[in-house]
Amino acid sequence: MKRLFTSFALMIAASVATAEDVTTYMLDNGMEVVVIEDARAPVVVHMLWYKVGSADEPVGASGVAHFLEHLLFKATDVLESGEFSATVAANGGSDNAFTSYDYTAYFQRIASDRLELMMQMESNRMNNLRITAADVETERQVVLEERNQRTENSAGALAREQFRAAQFQNHRYGVPIIGWKHEMEQLDLTDALDFYDLYYSPNNAVLVVAGDVKPDEVLALAEKYYGVIPAEANLPVRERPQEPPQRAERRITYVDQRVSQPYLVRSYLAPERDPGAQTEAAALVFLADLLGGSSFTSALGQALQFDTQTAIFTSASYDGSNLDSGTFSLVVAPSEGISLSVAEAAMDETVAAFMDAPIDPERMESIRTQLRASEIYAKDNVQGLARRYGAALTQSLTIADVQAWPDILQAVTEDDIKAVAAKVFNRDQSVTGWVVASQEEAR
Amino acid sequence: MLRIVIAFCLSFTASAALAEIEIKQVTSPGGINAWVVEEPAIPFVALEIRFRGSASLDLPGKRGATNLMTGLLEEGAGDMTAQEFQTAREGLAASFSFRAFDDTLSISARFLTENKAEALDLLRQALVDPNFDQDALDRVRAQVLSGIASDEKDPNTIAGNVFNAAAFGDHPYGSSSDGTVESVTALTQEDMFDAHRNALTRDRLYVSVVGDTTAEAVGEMLDDLLGALPAEGPAAPEDVDFGLAGGVTVIDYDTPQAVALFGHKGLKRDDDDFFAAFIINHVLGAGGFESRLMTEVREKRGLTYGISTFLVPKFHAEMMLGSVASSNATIAEAIAVTRAEWARMADDGLSAEELAVAKTFLTGEYPLRFDGNAEIAKIMVGMQMVGLPPEYVVNRNHYVEAVTLEEINRVASELLQPDDLHFVVVGKPEGLTSTQ
Repeated sequence: MKRLFTSFALMIAASVATAEDVTTYMLDNGMEVVVIEDARAPVVVHMLWYKVGSADEPVGASGVAHFLEHLLFKATDVLESGEFSATVAANGGSDNAFTSYDYTAYFQRIASDRLELMMQMESNRMNNLRITAADVETERQVVLEERNQRTENSAGALAREQFRAAQFQNHRYGVPIIGWKHEMEQLDLTDALDFYDLYYSPNNAVLVVAGDVKPDEVLALAEKYYGVIPAEANLPVRERPQEPPQRAERRITYVDQRVSQPYLVRSYLAPERDPGAQTEAAALVFLADLLGGSSFTSALGQALQFDTQTAIFTSASYDGSNLDSGTFSLVVAPSEGISLSVAEAAMDETVAAFMDAPIDPERMESIRTQLRASEIYAKDNVQGLARRYGAALTQSLTIADVQAWPDILQAVTEDDIKAVAAKVFNRDQSVTGWVVASQEEAR
Repeated sequence: MLRIVIAFCLSFTASAALAEIEIKQVTSPGGINAWVVEEPAIPFVALEIRFRGSASLDLPGKRGATNLMTGLLEEGAGDMTAQEFQTAREGLAASFSFRAFDDTLSISARFLTENKAEALDLLRQALVDPNFDQDALDRVRAQVLSGIASDEKDPNTIAGNVFNAAAFGDHPYGSSSDGTVESVTALTQEDMFDAHRNALTRDRLYVSVVGDTTAEAVGEMLDDLLGALPAEGPAAPEDVDFGLAGGVTVIDYDTPQAVALFGHKGLKRDDDDFFAAFIINHVLGAGGFESRLMTEVREKRGLTYGISTFLVPKFHAEMMLGSVASSNATIAEAIAVTRAEWARMADDGLSAEELAVAKTFLTGEYPLRFDGNAEIAKIMVGMQMVGLPPEYVVNRNHYVEAVTLEEINRVASELLQPDDLHFVVVGKPEGLTSTQ
């Protein structure tokens, strides 16, 4: 028996009458299907999301989730190596994939009448890869070059890697998605296939189809191609090592001669969006905006870039879209002649002053307006909507959570913000990182 | 009087589904043209404005003036300070972006139907009545200077700056539009007003609008928004020849992965052979995973994460460029393979099958670009800048289809000159040294 869930825009409060036409199904084998309708252009985005990412990797095999993502473009029982992408291109489409801590996703963007072909190929590579040892050798070099390009060649990326490793003392969020270089160099065929065999299964996947499509037609195709694949009986429960109580702040100075502009980053552990419990996360969205969203109107921007010339750049950001803990971060790049310790003190004073003062109701109203507008603008990008649903559903949220989120944001109060800020701004759970070109700059 | 001249439809016949985009051309009473697509489905409007010229119009000794001026357009206008202006903009949830490129000053705006009059009034003040307050100038100048310093340590930017300087010398294309530490440090308020008067002029203006509005409403709005700008600006720079001979330039830089920027002269956007070159470039290096260079350098040999090539028809010079990054130990091999593929394409051209596959992709992919208000607005303003008519959106796939294998192979042998390729390599590449 299929279960059918349908929700339409009318079900959402008129104040944010922007929810998409979204229909969801659950196939008998446990695969979720989400259809987002947008008939403005004859285009479809077909995305298959697996509920597995780098934070699910076995210890010692960091990077295998992303490495496997690369290998999925090699041969299957019916497709030659490279034939998947070549077929998409030969039909005028484009395809790619991405890996994060919590998910791995594959997508194609193509004329909507080619959807069936995409499902046929994507469902084929869920279970039928035929990777060779030669594929592994060459592709390992490719991902090492990818790491070179994204990380080794970038002082900022290397610094972020160090800070994140310090922020998470036990959770795999502290290990880079692309992997530690020394472990990537050792990844082999068995690592990749073990991961593939266990996690690439319909009961660990979410299909998101967005664009000029009809939900019943998508369902029929999904049943035909994905519905016939048996569920993985041994799929493990997704419980990853959690953080212990963090009892001491960490301070790191990252020195790299390729740094030209010194800066500092302070990150704190923060609650993430959870099913049925998104209020704290919503309040943190406001907190980030109030503290460092706009350099012109935020607390840090006003205090450090306008009232004083302490900094040339400030920001605050909240990463709450995670299966497990999120982070809340502040960044300050000091002005010429201002030391990092002076900048850090000014940052802390600004945050303390923010906590002591009432929040300007006009700023709250402005943020609410911008969040409401962002829902309208988001409708212009159907691939963005598809990503929103895919990411949420692989991070334990439900369709209802996704659709309730705009209203939860609108309902955030000053008390919510101050309460969650008091909880998050705990130095014992923080990392302060300085990024400099030399030790002499670290003062 | 308002004129709405042509209504034009693009039908997506490449697909079973049929969608239509109706492009309307409107001319305001004051003579400002715009292309408009009325799309009421979502209650917002995307507006794209371009001024041709941009940083190429920097006055002698004032390199970086247009870039800094453009950064200051959002930093206070009319009787508003920067903070007052941004508070107003945020309150309307409008977004404005101002960017200065070598040839193009680009303004992208997005605003809600419910407050479009207020949003446009704010944008108008930024465009026609910016303040260039001294404190804003000093603050943004510090940001630009920090960016210039960062660029000096970024391998990709180092490669680009070295390549452009060698190819174009004293022409504006030969130096970064950000300017130098010296030139930017010396810029004054008066320089900002000069740059504004020179760069934002109605004779080099292009406008497109897509969203919840009408061509008539756009026609009535244009004069308010842009009519106060000067009618004409200074002369554009002369055209310039690509002046870099084949060879290798190694820039020693301590980083694990070497980056290479390479290229030689290209061809103009309005060249009769442009579509042949477009297909050649696609097959050689622009077609993502399917390109020959990705196949040879990445898929077969694992030498890189990505390699790509570009046709770069600028307004005053033409190039064909490429870029690749590979470990210091392997960049020499990546470059050797690239040269060999360049020569193979020049000598042998494409097979009939490769051409057919490329045409299928290029004609199939084209209608997929028109999938959002902001995307359509960007495409339309880009077409205007290179002199394409609205009906190009329908004819474009015919131009691709019409290219023959004989043309392809002739153009490949003319365009691709492996001995003319110059590689600027930043890193510590093993087995590579600069040629004379």
